[in-house]
Amino acid sequence: MSATLKDVTTPRPQTAVPIVAAPDAAPGPAPTKISTRGLNFFYGDHQALFDNSLEIPAGSITAIIGPSGCGKSTHIRVYNRIFQLYREQRATGEVWLDGQNLLGPGIDLIELRRKVGMIFQKPTPFPLSVYENLAYGLRLHYRVTRSELDQRVEQALRAAALWDEVKDKLNRPGTALSGGQQQRLCIARAIAVEPEVLLMDEPTSAIDPVATSRIEELILELRKRYTIVIVTHNMQQAARISDFTAFFYQGRIVEFGPSPELFTNPKQKQTEDYLTGRFG
Amino acid sequence: MIVKAVSAIAAGIGLAALAWILVVVLGHGAAALNWEFFTAMPSPPGGTGGGLANAIVGTLLMTLLACVIGVPVGILTGVYLAEFGKGNRFATAVRFLVNVMMGIPSIIIGLFVYTILVVPAGHFSGWAGGVALALLIVPVVARTTEDMLALVPNPLRESALALGVPHWRSTLQIVFRAAKTGLLTGILLAVARVSGETAPLLFTALNSPYMPRSLSGPTGNLTVTIYNYAMSPYPNWQQTAWGASFLITIGVLALTIVSRALVREKVR
Repeated sequence: MSATLKDVTTPRPQTAVPIVAAPDAAPGPAPTKISTRGLNFFYGDHQALFDNSLEIPAGSITAIIGPSGCGKSTHIRVYNRIFQLYREQRATGEVWLDGQNLLGPGIDLIELRRKVGMIFQKPTPFPLSVYENLAYGLRLHYRVTRSELDQRVEQALRAAALWDEVKDKLNRPGTALSGGQQQRLCIARAIAVEPEVLLMDEPTSAIDPVATSRIEELILELRKRYTIVIVTHNMQQAARISDFTAFFYQGRIVEFGPSPELFTNPKQKQTEDYLTGRFG
Repeated sequence: MIVKAVSAIAAGIGLAALAWILVVVLGHGAAALNWEFFTAMPSPPGGTGGGLANAIVGTLLMTLLACVIGVPVGILTGVYLAEFGKGNRFATAVRFLVNVMMGIPSIIIGLFVYTILVVPAGHFSGWAGGVALALLIVPVVARTTEDMLALVPNPLRESALALGVPHWRSTLQIVFRAAKTGLLTGILLAVARVSGETAPLLFTALNSPYMPRSLSGPTGNLTVTIYNYAMSPYPNWQQTAWGASFLITIGVLALTIVSRALVREKVR
């Protein structure tokens, strides 16, 4: 994985840029942030995704739904190339982000992963203090002074609606927080490095209902600044928070469209069957 | 019911044997321990008093040397197996080799080091003793390191990589930290294991009645001293051998207890 080591080849911002809220979504159709064309995915000899093509609109929440094992997570794990950790996994096709094909040669994975953050199913705080959980990524990507670091840690924790709960325990281990707090810590950690895209892989499936609704509120709040792709098992959740929804079935994208349309008036028979609980 | 009873009896026999060993060693050994035992040099055969300061220092020095060589090699081998060599043939071969190395009788390791270090140098040395012990430490540490790293959940690795952390950095700074008590336990158990080894030292460090000034000559150590003194006809030497046995037993016991406490700490 020599590509991961070339962190020196691309210039990085020398100083911290404060997190600025983007203006509210402009009228008209949103531009495409991630454009997937003809994506196939293989676990060894087993093909998991077939000819996926999808346009993720910028500054919106796109939900990916479908029955277990349909390739939802596999699909978003291509967007930050995290699948490369496993030797036997490979992807073919094109995934374009800001004019670059992520699956092409010469991609700086470190910079890609700064731009495309990821939240996992189970909260995964680093075995570090609350403060260090955020500072770790900041130091990795930015050259910041101690006071800038303090400031940006606070900003990220506030953005993740966690500041008030943890401001007195910044030096406590991140693993000592509750499950919902840990997940918001992971969201704070991801947004601290100022990504453009946030991938969320069933971020609330391991979390209790009250904490889940807090995280959903947070996700809606974050839409103003980031392009969010969320994989979820929970169709109500997808309907509640997403602007667009893609329905996956057996590794193929069956239907994609604005969420209100897809949920109330699906065009495909398979989508309708799934939504009405006939399978899945 | 029968299986339960039989296995309970077997467990009881095992425990009784251990208790018996401890009682005998502690009973005979405790009497031999006094301030002089730790500070004085050995007394001549048939004399009185005397201690094992030379052997205690020698054992500590060689164990330290073995750790300095063996622990980094073992840890890095385990890291390779768990983090970087997943599923490749070289890693499979290394893993097999590590398992074989764990099973090699320690006397063979002693003979091996005798051939490659002692024979060319023309004399026994503490360096050779430390190397022989290091060869025993490497597979144990490699194995436990691999096992402990394997216990670290994959999502933690993935979340570090997904933040843009290079794999080697995430291994050293995140995954290691998550596994640190396990890694420490592995090291302590490896040290506990080699600190009681006699055979590999018999061919390498041999033994010496003098205080080690360097590791380049024969070096006194507790286990070979036990071997020599226990077989001797002199009561004061036999008594000293019991004292040395006591010391090693307590040392191993302490290391085991500390490593268990660490594991419990981790679970908590």
